[in-house]
Amino acid sequence: MGVEPGRLQFSWISSAESTKFVDVVKQVTESVKELGPNEKFIKKTVKVS
Amino acid sequence: MDAYITKIKEISERLLKDGTVEAVIGFRQGTVPTMSEPCMIKRSDDVKDLVWDSNCRINLCNYLTNRKEKLAIVAKGCDSRNIVTHIIENKIKRDQLFIIGVPCKGMNDKNTGELQDNCGTCTHRNPVIYDELVGDLVEEQTDVDKYADVKKVEALSSDEKWNFFNDLYSSCTRCHACRNACPLCYCPTCFVDESKPQWVGKADDAVDIRTYHFLRAYHCAGRCTDCGSCEAACPQNIKVRQMTKKLEKDCSELYGWEAGLTLDERPPLDTFKVDDREDFIK
Repeated sequence: MGVEPGRLQFSWISSAESTKFVDVVKQVTESVKELGPNEKFIKKTVKVS
Repeated sequence: MDAYITKIKEISERLLKDGTVEAVIGFRQGTVPTMSEPCMIKRSDDVKDLVWDSNCRINLCNYLTNRKEKLAIVAKGCDSRNIVTHIIENKIKRDQLFIIGVPCKGMNDKNTGELQDNCGTCTHRNPVIYDELVGDLVEEQTDVDKYADVKKVEALSSDEKWNFFNDLYSSCTRCHACRNACPLCYCPTCFVDESKPQWVGKADDAVDIRTYHFLRAYHCAGRCTDCGSCEAACPQNIKVRQMTKKLEKDCSELYGWEAGLTLDERPPLDTFKVDDREDFIK
């Protein structure tokens, strides 16, 4: 598709696994920050002047 | 081909006359050359309209969805696999159907007149399910690389892939002919038509076009038989199968699954097995 690997991640976290949730969120945030903003899936808005 | 159509007419006439079925779904001459169009024959007098040639590329299974009456259907290899999928998904009952099986050596491309791309790599030319055959079974193709083009795309970097799909869909007008021709796309309201919530924009913005093709392909994962109806229906000649074929390849590699071959097994995406792959889940 052309979406960078790392931008899409899957995890299975039970409601009892709060620490795992925190860890995964930290990790995902880091890896996405590394990739930078997603330039691709942006819709161009029509300019009316 | 001549022998096939004589037999198709003969069987259809017999079934309609003795009341086994209420209608026969087959092909008749289309309004333009090289396009045979699907038709439903209800009277035995009209059986003469039926044709069978190398332009019968549309998948007739599309017309079976939620039918209540008894029907006969002319089915090539791919059509028959979609009929199996339809039966598994409770869209039609087996005992409603009389399947006229047609061993198929491939259909011609609507533009070039040569063998269609998907037919060239087809490994299920004979119907997998039928009540009566119109001719002898044909030899199945072996040693074909079904996924050569998918592998090429897989080898690209993510930026290259992005550009590849941009080019691929650049001429798409979002007419949704691929969806309408697809026997798998039978949702009462398709996600592209929904407005509350509106999942995807309705115009021809590149992002919306991509989202449409991408999501439609995913909905067909593990169900697509690579019948090529979508490509045959596309007025812009877009290679719609690039996306659906990738999913077909994944299902074959990850689950050893080929859609529509058996009535006894659930498709991989609606069942759970202990050995399902899960290394992508953290």
